[in-house]
Amino acid sequence: MIDHTTVQKVARLARLQLTASEETLFTVQLGDILAYIDQLSELDTTGVQPTTRAVELSNVTRPDVRRPPLDPEQLLSQAPQREEAFYRVPRISEP
Amino acid sequence: MIAALPQVQYEMVIGLEVHAQLSTQTKLFCGCPVEFGAPPNTHICPVCTGQPGVLPVLNQRAFDYAILVGLALNGEIAAFSKFDRKQYFYPDLPKNYQISQYDLPLVQHGWVEIDAGEGPLRIGITRLHMEEDAGKLVHAGADRLSGSTYTLVDYNRAGTPLVEIVSEPDIRTAAQAVAYVQEIRRIVRYLGACDGNMQEGSMRCDVNISVRPVGTEKFGTKVEIKNINSFNSIQRAIEYEYIRQMSALNGDNPTEVIRQETRLWDENAQKTRSMRLKEGSDDYRYFPEPDLLPLEVTPDLLAHYQAQLPELPIAKRQRYQSEWGLSPYDAEAMSNDRTTAHYFEEAVRHGAPPKLAANWVQGDITAYLNEHHQRFEDLPLDPGGLAELIQLIESGTISNKIAKELLPELLERGISPKALVVERGLTQISDHQQLIEALQQVLAESPQQVAQYREGKRKLAGYFVGQAMKKTQGRADPQLLNQLLSSLLD
Ligand SMILES: [Zn+2]
Repeated sequence: MIDHTTVQKVARLARLQLTASEETLFTVQLGDILAYIDQLSELDTTGVQPTTRAVELSNVTRPDVRRPPLDPEQLLSQAPQREEAFYRVPRISEP
Repeated sequence: MIAALPQVQYEMVIGLEVHAQLSTQTKLFCGCPVEFGAPPNTHICPVCTGQPGVLPVLNQRAFDYAILVGLALNGEIAAFSKFDRKQYFYPDLPKNYQISQYDLPLVQHGWVEIDAGEGPLRIGITRLHMEEDAGKLVHAGADRLSGSTYTLVDYNRAGTPLVEIVSEPDIRTAAQAVAYVQEIRRIVRYLGACDGNMQEGSMRCDVNISVRPVGTEKFGTKVEIKNINSFNSIQRAIEYEYIRQMSALNGDNPTEVIRQETRLWDENAQKTRSMRLKEGSDDYRYFPEPDLLPLEVTPDLLAHYQAQLPELPIAKRQRYQSEWGLSPYDAEAMSNDRTTAHYFEEAVRHGAPPKLAANWVQGDITAYLNEHHQRFEDLPLDPGGLAELIQLIESGTISNKIAKELLPELLERGISPKALVVERGLTQISDHQQLIEALQQVLAESPQQVAQYREGKRKLAGYFVGQAMKKTQGRADPQLLNQLLSSLLD
């Protein structure tokens, strides 16, 4: 079951700041969603392989060949902050 | 009287995580070039900067290399494996997750054999999986991280293909850890799968280490050491950490504590320092990567890869000893990298006695290559030429000394040693009459020394031989000179 502690942990990992009332709201909502999904466990899945893909394909690869040149400016120009050729981000605490 | 308590002996339990960058042209999931030292953010695209809506596609060559490394490490290649997302927030990771492999890695249950001077030891390999590298952070505003006011990011490295090789906690000493990483490095270099350059970060190593009293089974608290980028720092980081943990356990240093944490090796200070408390792995919330299809390796495909494996360093080391009688030291020197091994083996195939070929290869030829910043594959003198040179010495045509004098020119010009010897008129003189004449001249010029010799100063034989050598411009056969000298004097 989903409780306040779980919601707090998930919020912390997702870098979300929740108010007390949001926390209560999401605890109820996430609990409802999981209970809904849980109906699936009523099915007998003995002998059924877990699915990791929606299509029956495997080993889809590309050759190790360089793409045509790109202008990095197209990407850099969309950065919220940059400094010359670098992306600029807020100071981070020591890893 | 109170008897002194017996001193508790502690041992280390070490496991290593080696990250090896695969030698591909392009990144793991996009066609961006992989190139060390390129100007910042020149090798980026929508895929490796995590733009919405893009699809990663696996690099075939990275997949090939990962399987070959797995096989070379005696691992079991998974018939079915997949990619997963490892989620955490850090600005070097533009997608906020790293594509890695979690519960179904490509390879499991491998091993390598090492010898850290105590005889062969097998180190288990828990797993090998593929993953993408992160970008590089540049801390601006101050040279130390704590003082920086903001951070700059270069995503050239983001998406570079890596394999992570995780060992079992089978290692007990710093020397074993170094030998293990050296063997992994030799193997990946043999395969051409990774260049093994630790300075440029193509091979990186994290050390997991705990300490326990000898004879106990239970592991102590595990500490992870990161930021190790040379064999020397592997050795010293482990030695430092051993003493630190031991002093905490036996109470020598009450302020020292062992926590489950990540520590950084500080190369300047030559010590480890605490970085952060290690998060539980459940915090990464791994789940299967929905944008990539699984990997299947059928028995046929596996056989195809097995057929591509070259003879590996350990097999060469053993063969050089058992078939060719090399010492363990020479066998290792000759098999350290593939080009040296190839040169050596070719010289032997052309008839050079293995021990002599090994001496030339690791001695004068390696010195020449180092001095001229060349590699074996650049060398104009082919291995057949080396075999010919050795043959000239063995047959007594030239002396060892003359061979050494000729070597630089031979290596540089790549001409036949026989031809050069004839060209220079350097054939060794083995003609008895000629040598006797030279000796007689010397004896006639040194009556005093002859008298001393006759009085028992036998060491003077060396003087006479040396003088005769001079008279023949070093071309006389020294052994023959010695024999002839004693027939003249005794
Ligand atoms: Zn890219």
